[in-house]
Amino acid sequence: MVAMVNIPETAAPGDIVEVKILISHPMETGFRTGADGNLVPRDIIHELRCLYAGEEVFRAEIFPAIAANPFLGFFLRATETAEVELLWTDEAGQEHSERRTLTVG
Amino acid sequence: MRLTRRRLLATGGPALALPFLGREARAQGTGRVVVVGGGFGGATAARALAALGHEVTLVERQPTYWTCPFSNAVLAGLSPMEAIAFGYDALRAGGLTVVEGEAQGIDPERREVRLGDGALPYDRLVLSPGIDLRFDALPGYDEAAAEVMPHAWKAGPQTELLRRQIEAMEDGGVVAIAVPENPFRCPPGPYERASLIAHYLKAQKPRSKILILDAKDAFSKRPLFEEAWAALYPGLIEWVPVSLGGKVVGVDPGTMTLRTDFAEHRVAVANVIPPQRAGTIATAAEVADATGWCPVSPETFESALVPGIHVIGDACLAGAMPKSAFSANAQAKVAAQAIDALLRGGTPGPSKLINTCYSLAAPDYGFTVAGVYQPSDGALAEVEGAGGTSPLGAPAAVRAAEADYARAWYGTITAEAFG
Repeated sequence: MVAMVNIPETAAPGDIVEVKILISHPMETGFRTGADGNLVPRDIIHELRCLYAGEEVFRAEIFPAIAANPFLGFFLRATETAEVELLWTDEAGQEHSERRTLTVG
Repeated sequence: MRLTRRRLLATGGPALALPFLGREARAQGTGRVVVVGGGFGGATAARALAALGHEVTLVERQPTYWTCPFSNAVLAGLSPMEAIAFGYDALRAGGLTVVEGEAQGIDPERREVRLGDGALPYDRLVLSPGIDLRFDALPGYDEAAAEVMPHAWKAGPQTELLRRQIEAMEDGGVVAIAVPENPFRCPPGPYERASLIAHYLKAQKPRSKILILDAKDAFSKRPLFEEAWAALYPGLIEWVPVSLGGKVVGVDPGTMTLRTDFAEHRVAVANVIPPQRAGTIATAAEVADATGWCPVSPETFESALVPGIHVIGDACLAGAMPKSAFSANAQAKVAAQAIDALLRGGTPGPSKLINTCYSLAAPDYGFTVAGVYQPSDGALAEVEGAGGTSPLGAPAAVRAAEADYARAWYGTITAEAFG
């Protein structure tokens, strides 16, 4: 699954940095009728979490009302050089992730 | 017949129009019609209404109209600006009045169009103001920025500017095209533009690239364009959809940078097509709604917000019809027939409209999307099974024939609108 991620590579201690992620995903609601007249099965992203230095700093539940290609942006405070990991769960319950290193100093 | 609320409103139409019958009856079946905007919609409507015997005044700011159709051919150096320039002499010769000026406001109670130096009374008003570029919508992109990063989405000096920039660019440069979300004028236009610029670059500056940064995940005739790009310009055009971070969220003309949420692109030439709305007069006349566009009756194109004003062309919300010169021309004829019927005390007939969008991927490589539209639940809907797109995998002769049809269409529609 393709996702675009934007996290600054460096920050000064205490800086507020923006984390942005766009997941390429149709966000099929499960309420839509396909060409064959049957409902198209639901296929959405269910949850997105962000770990910073292994600790959860952000979590969002995502529902069918969210449009295709969910885009989330949020802020975190840069306190130490560590990995920022974004994890999200798809319809099958499988977890996907992207990691970036944020260097603080 | 099930009596829906909409049908009730429709049958109530003539009764609602009664207060104006007195004035219209005084005109003995014909009336004074003012048309604002001299593009494909306005010029067609003005000529059609004059031919039906009405006293028509066309208000247009500029003495010369440059058409957006075939302006991409100018960008590619395939034709000169004069090839897309039209004046209003034929309209004047056809017995209607052309006023060179700007409509500054509408008084729907007195039925007058305010000009800088006076007012024009009307029995029915046609607004065909086209689009306004929203210089408040994209951070960094204002009118000054457009002199550095041209939109060229209104043909004319902007077309010339973008042409000069592409001509002056060194081989190996990147030409970026920023495409807004729907709705906007000419849905296949950005991709035809990319194609024809690629045609020029391939011959003149073959190390150059075109980068399309798109706020959408799909576009009109995409399979046909992608087939053409693979065949004609392999590796030359890169399309970045919104799902891969293609949406431009800011520009810096000082550094020629286009910014998305995930990347910055420094480019040699930036063609920034900003979000759009109905032309200014539509807002002044209060016929535009919160979307910035104008809701209309699909039968008569009369404004859903202000009676007596018909809005046609790119400015109106025409349901499934795309914003195109062909649509504007078709809508102008439907509106003219409806206005004629209303001024003569009759009832407008049913409406059915056609649009065809021709695109050129090269001078000898054309394809089309066509649709037929009729009112359904208060909006224009596509008639299923009618229209369609050119086939994929067609032989070169079919593409060449469609390119010829595109040029023939252009000759016909400009002759019909401008004489």
